[in-house]
Amino acid sequence: MMSEKEVIIIGGGAAGLAAAVACKQKGIEELLLIERGGYLGGILNQCIHDGFGLEKFHISLAGPEYAQRYIEQLLDQEIPYLLNSMVVSLTPQKEVVVMGSNGLQHFQAKVVILAMGCRERTRGAIGIPGARPSGIYTAGVAQELINLKDYMVGEKIVILGSGDIGLIMARRLTLEGAEVITVAEKLPYSSGLPRNINQCLYDFNIPLLLNHTVVDIEGNGRLSGVTIAQLGKRGGIIPGSKQKIACDTLLLSVGLIPENELSLEAGILLDPITGGPQVDQRGQTSLPGIFACGNVLQVHDIVDNVSLEAEYIVEGVAEYLRGKPRKECNIKVELEKGLRYVVPQTLNSLKDTLFSFRVNQPGEKKALIFHDGEKVIKKKSFPRVNPAEMIRVKLSSRELEDLKSLKVRLV
Amino acid sequence: MKTINHDFHIIIIGGGVVGCAIARELSKYKIKIAVLEKEDDVGWGTSCRNSGVVHAGFNNRPGTLMAKFCVEGNKSFEDLCHQLGVPYKKIGKLVVAQKKEELKDLQKLKQQGDANRVDNLQIIGLNELKRLEPNLVGIAALYSPETAITSPYLLTIALAENALNNGASFFLNTEVKDISRLDNSYFKISTNRGEFTSSYVINSAGLYADRIARMAGIKKFSLYPCRGEYHILDKKASWMINHLVYPVPQDGTGGLGVHLTPTIDGNILIGPSNEYINRRNDFSSTFPIMKMLSAEAYSFLPLISSGDIIRSYSGLRAKQVPSSVGGFWDFVIEESDTVNNFINLIGIESPGLTAAQPIAQRVVNIINKKERLNSNFSFNPFRKGILKFEEQDEETKKALIKQDSNYGEIVCRCEKITKKEILEAANNPLGAKSLISIKYRTRAMMGRCQGGYCQTRIMEILREYFELDPKEITLKGNDSYLLNGYRSNKENNQSCQKKKLLSLEEGLLV
Repeated sequence: MMSEKEVIIIGGGAAGLAAAVACKQKGIEELLLIERGGYLGGILNQCIHDGFGLEKFHISLAGPEYAQRYIEQLLDQEIPYLLNSMVVSLTPQKEVVVMGSNGLQHFQAKVVILAMGCRERTRGAIGIPGARPSGIYTAGVAQELINLKDYMVGEKIVILGSGDIGLIMARRLTLEGAEVITVAEKLPYSSGLPRNINQCLYDFNIPLLLNHTVVDIEGNGRLSGVTIAQLGKRGGIIPGSKQKIACDTLLLSVGLIPENELSLEAGILLDPITGGPQVDQRGQTSLPGIFACGNVLQVHDIVDNVSLEAEYIVEGVAEYLRGKPRKECNIKVELEKGLRYVVPQTLNSLKDTLFSFRVNQPGEKKALIFHDGEKVIKKKSFPRVNPAEMIRVKLSSRELEDLKSLKVRLV
Repeated sequence: MKTINHDFHIIIIGGGVVGCAIARELSKYKIKIAVLEKEDDVGWGTSCRNSGVVHAGFNNRPGTLMAKFCVEGNKSFEDLCHQLGVPYKKIGKLVVAQKKEELKDLQKLKQQGDANRVDNLQIIGLNELKRLEPNLVGIAALYSPETAITSPYLLTIALAENALNNGASFFLNTEVKDISRLDNSYFKISTNRGEFTSSYVINSAGLYADRIARMAGIKKFSLYPCRGEYHILDKKASWMINHLVYPVPQDGTGGLGVHLTPTIDGNILIGPSNEYINRRNDFSSTFPIMKMLSAEAYSFLPLISSGDIIRSYSGLRAKQVPSSVGGFWDFVIEESDTVNNFINLIGIESPGLTAAQPIAQRVVNIINKKERLNSNFSFNPFRKGILKFEEQDEETKKALIKQDSNYGEIVCRCEKITKKEILEAANNPLGAKSLISIKYRTRAMMGRCQGGYCQTRIMEILREYFELDPKEITLKGNDSYLLNGYRSNKENNQSCQKKKLLSLEEGLLV
C-alpha cells in the first residue's frame, strides 16, 4: 500500500529540520520527514562546541541547542517524522521506499527534498601510504565517540587537514587531556574558518604546519607513529623534510563529500565540483519535483547558511506545488577566473536568486562581477576572500531581467 | 596466563585457508584435531589479502604440484563453495597482450595450460576482445572461461566453521613458541596459551612455516616475504570490466603482474605489485607502488580515475625463491624425512587458494597411509553463511523484518548491512570478536565511507553483545585497541582514571 504525501524530506539534520518547518509555514500540510538515526538534529548533536546561530538567531549556541530550536518548532507544529528509518529507494517518479524495524513502507510524494548531508573523506580516498593499525579516525568519528559516547580515542594525536572539524577536535582533545602534537595541512592556507584557527589552535599553542602532509603510518596493533613531510610548490615532497612523530592517533579532517548515493540511484545529475546535484535557482535538481538543500547540495561552512538555504528552496517547493506557470529560460551560469564553483548551476526562470560561490584561493580586495556579455549586471566587493568561506550573493529579478547569458568572475 | 593442557591426535599450526581446509578434511575422520592460530581470527595472513581468484591452472609449470592441484582445485571449487555457503562466480579471465611481441607469450601460455589440462582455453583477436571488454586497451588475449572468483576470507571462515561443527577445535590468539618431542611418539607444543600435545603436527603456518619447521629441528627451509599491494575501487566503477584482466606475465618476476580483478562483491581490485621485503608483518602500502598501480591499471583501462579508489592495502606471499633467483618454486607438501609425523607445507603462495582443497586431501592421504583413519559418519559437509538481507527480494525482506526487527535496521549504509547480520557475525562459532572479524563476515565498513558511519555503531553492538569494557574493543585483536586512554595495562589505566577525574571536574563525563 502506498501512502501519499505532498512533501517528503529525506534527512533530519539541520537542512531537513529547517526545510520541514519552512514547508509548514508555507501551508504545506501533508509532510513527512525521514531520519535514519535514532534522533533528530543529525551531526549537530555531536557538535557540543558553540558558535552556531550567530547569523540566524544572533546568539552563539552549541550544536544541540541550535538543533533543539528547530526540533521544538517541528514538535509544536506537529510535523510528522520517522526515526530509525532509512530511505532505501527513490525513483524519478518520487516513490520513496523506507526501511525500519516495522518493515518496508512505500510512499508517493509530490515533492522530495533531499537533505542527507555529507560524509567524511577517508584515508583510502586520499591515498595515505603506510600500515593499517587502529587509531586512525576521521575527525567526525572521533567527535562522535568523545562527545556522544564518552570514549577517549587517544592520548598523543596528530591531525591531518585543517578543516573546521579537525580544528575543533584539536581543541576538544586538548580539553580532554590529550596532547595534540600538530595539525598538518597540505595546502599553503588552512581550509578552516579563521575564527576556528584562532580559537582552536592558537589559543592552545597547537602548531599548524602548512604545506605539510602525512607520508607514512607505522604500527602493528595500535598506531605508533606517523611521518610528515613538507610539500614543495608542485606538491612533491621536499627532500630531507621528513620527520617522524611518535603518536597513538591520527585524525583525518580531509574534506566532506555530499551524500548523494540515493540521488545517483534516482538518476539525478551531479556537479563534479560540488559533489551535489546540479540545481536551478530554487534548488530543484535535474528531476522535476526533487529539490536539494544543505550539505547534500554543497558543503557549507556554517550551519546558519544551511538553515537559510533550506528555507530559501522551500519557496520554490511551494511554487512547484502550486503549479504556478513561469517564464521559461535556460541559462547556464558560467564561471570565469578565480571561482571554483557556483550554485545554482542553471537558471530556468529569472526571479530573485541567491548564488553561492567558493573561490580558488585566498585573496584581498577582490570583487565578484556578474555580467551578460558586455553588460555588467552586478559588482560586489570583498575586503578579503577565502576558500573556507562561502560567498553568498543575491541578485534580484530586476537585475536578472532580460538576461541572455550569465558569467561570473573574481577580479 | 591460563595454562591449557590439551591432548590431540593432530595439531595444525596456522589457520589460513590451507590450515582450515586441512582441518575440515580431517574432520571427516574420527580424530581429535586442533588448529592453533596466532591471530584473533582465521585467515588474517595471506588468505584474506589476495585477489580471490580461482585460477584455471595455465600459469604453472606442467608436472608441478602447483599445476596439478590448481587444475584439480578449479574443477571442484564450485561444489566446495556450494557446500559451504560461499559465493562463487565463474566470470572468466583475459590475459591481454598490448604489444605484438606479447602474442607469442600468449601462445606459450595456452600451450602450458593445455599441457596442464585446463579446459576451454582460446586465443582471441582484437574484435572478440572488444566485444568481451569494450573499455579495455589491448590487441589480443588468452581467454580462460574456467577462471572464477570467490571471497577468500569467507571461504577460510566457512572451512573453519564447518571443521569446528564437525568436531575440530580452534585456538585463536595462540602463538606457537616451541616444539619438542616428549618421546618418540608425542609432540609437545608450547604456546603463549599453554601446552598442547599431539601425535602429528601439520605445519601450515604460511609465511612462518620455515620458523615452525626450525622449532622442530628442520632447518632446510627458508621463506621470503614478497609483498603485493592493492587498490580497491568503489562499486560505482564495477561496470567498466566483466572479466579478470591480466597483463602478459613477465618471466622471473614471481608474480602475475598488476591485474584488474572484479571481486565477488562488485568492486574492482588493482594489483598486486611484487616486491621482496624484509619484515614478515609489514603490510604497509607505499607511495611509489600506489602510484605505479594506478598507472598500470590506467594503461589497460583509461576510464579508471584516482577518485574511484576507496582503499589501499597489501598482502604477503610466502616465497621459497630468493629474490636473486626469482620466479616460482613448487609447493612442498611432505612428511619430514628427519622428524617422523611432522608434515610441512612450505611455499604455499598463489595458487594456494584455488589448490587449498587438493592440498588438504594430499595431507590427509599422507596420514591415512600411516594410520588407516576411521570415517566420521556424522560428518556434515554443509554450512550456511550469514544471510545477506540486501540480496533478498522485497517479500522476503518484509518477512525477515517481521521475524526479527534487527533486520529492519541498516547499520552499514554503503553496503546495506543490517544489525541482524552484525549480530550473527558477532555470534560466530569461532568466537572472533574484533571489528575486522565483523567486517570480513558481513562486509560492513568495506564500502566507500569505510566505516565513517557504521564503525561507532558496530563498536557499540560488540560492546553490548560481548559485555566488553570499551577498552577491550579492538580493530583486529592483540593490542589494536580502538579507544586509547582506555587500555587495560596498569600505566594506562592510571592515566585513564586521571583523565576521568579531570573530566568530572569539567562536568563533561557522567
